[in-house]
Amino acid sequence: MAAFHFTRKPIDTQALRMGLADPACGGYATFEGWVRDHNEGERVRGLEYEAFEALAVREGERILGEASARFGIAHAACAHRLGELAVGELAVWVAVSAAHRHEAFLACRYIIDEVKHRLPIWKKEHYVSGDSGWVNCERCAAPAAHTEALSPPGRHAHKHGS
Amino acid sequence: MATALAPGLTTAPPLYGLVLAGGRSTRMGRDKATLAYGDGTPQLERAMALLQRHVTHAYVSVRAEQSAEPVRARFAQIRDTHENIGPIAGLLAAQARHREAAWLVLACDLPLLDEATLTRLLRARDPARTATAYRSSHDGLPEPLCAIYEPRAREPLCAYVTAGKQCPRKFLLSVDTLLLDEPNPRALDNINTPGEYGPANQTVIGEHAIQPRNLTVQYYALLREQAGRREEALQSSARTARDLYAELAARYPFSLTPEVLRVAINAEFADWSTPLKDGDTVVFIPPVAGG
Repeated sequence: MAAFHFTRKPIDTQALRMGLADPACGGYATFEGWVRDHNEGERVRGLEYEAFEALAVREGERILGEASARFGIAHAACAHRLGELAVGELAVWVAVSAAHRHEAFLACRYIIDEVKHRLPIWKKEHYVSGDSGWVNCERCAAPAAHTEALSPPGRHAHKHGS
Repeated sequence: MATALAPGLTTAPPLYGLVLAGGRSTRMGRDKATLAYGDGTPQLERAMALLQRHVTHAYVSVRAEQSAEPVRARFAQIRDTHENIGPIAGLLAAQARHREAAWLVLACDLPLLDEATLTRLLRARDPARTATAYRSSHDGLPEPLCAIYEPRAREPLCAYVTAGKQCPRKFLLSVDTLLLDEPNPRALDNINTPGEYGPANQTVIGEHAIQPRNLTVQYYALLREQAGRREEALQSSARTARDLYAELAARYPFSLTPEVLRVAINAEFADWSTPLKDGDTVVFIPPVAGG
């Protein structure tokens, strides 16, 4: 299994965890992003993830490589779900093993932040109201200048989702 | 795209075309209508060819003494009925000839005008407004000489001229003009002097040199829904991803502007100005939301 991968099935965290086991490591940190039942005042019934996989896998591998180089960790891995997910399901999983906890935590945080900002992955929320919308896209669509449009390219993630 | 109609209108007024070639070309020192660009085509002929793809009737606006000039003589003409009021004279004469028509008016001295710019204007046309026009990328004011004037523009325009005014930009500002952003900021550069002609001609020659390329475009998320497809193979002479997006945005109801998108060529992030090559696969990346 490549260090970064997409899956349309539930992420098997127990199996993936074994890939980071290392007698030289004393710290193991993970982050799990779950599907939440609300976002920006809307009640969410489920999500749909779509990715430009060829580019996202390359960029995901680059992020894991950057984390290794910056924080000197032993192993890093990330899995991301695609397709339809219900509330409570695991959408993204990041794991890092390192000699000590400090760099494991830092690298784990770095990876999830970069994944959210840089990977060509899109999330459509389906609301309890029956409505739906592409997160970060619908409000960009207005022709009027929006603060979002002033962000540098590829920096559109907001403080929601996982 | 559905267009809103004024109360009582069941269909949009028919669209006729008018290329303005009645100017005196004082600054150029040569007749601008016959000035050749690219492969040697006189620019009046080029403008008429662009126009004729989109309208049932296309005319050249001329002053009476210009009507026998050989390039102008190839086309149906409408002669000015007013003198010394500038480009508005051509539109007034056309409106008087066909009161029922809306007029797509083009200056003849826009050598960089492209299909994407014209298509976007036509798609966005709102017959319930007095006019549909672009906002200049240079000064933000309306561009009156690549614009659509509805039949309802006739009366206010007559009143405007009768009041002694003749600036077409100020006319558009005085009525409920629908203003659009230009897909290509150079498309409406008008070329008035010999100093401007050389560089503009080089640009046109560069565009002619580009053979249409075979490209694949893949769509994701919101763009996939708006294009109604995941992928398409197409031929395009767009030079860069930016030009290609403008071309596609004229065809599909894309709500996202290039400012909020990124672009990938052959599955790697790329710059918007990277030249496209035959066989490239291009993906426009909407704002992302992983995790």
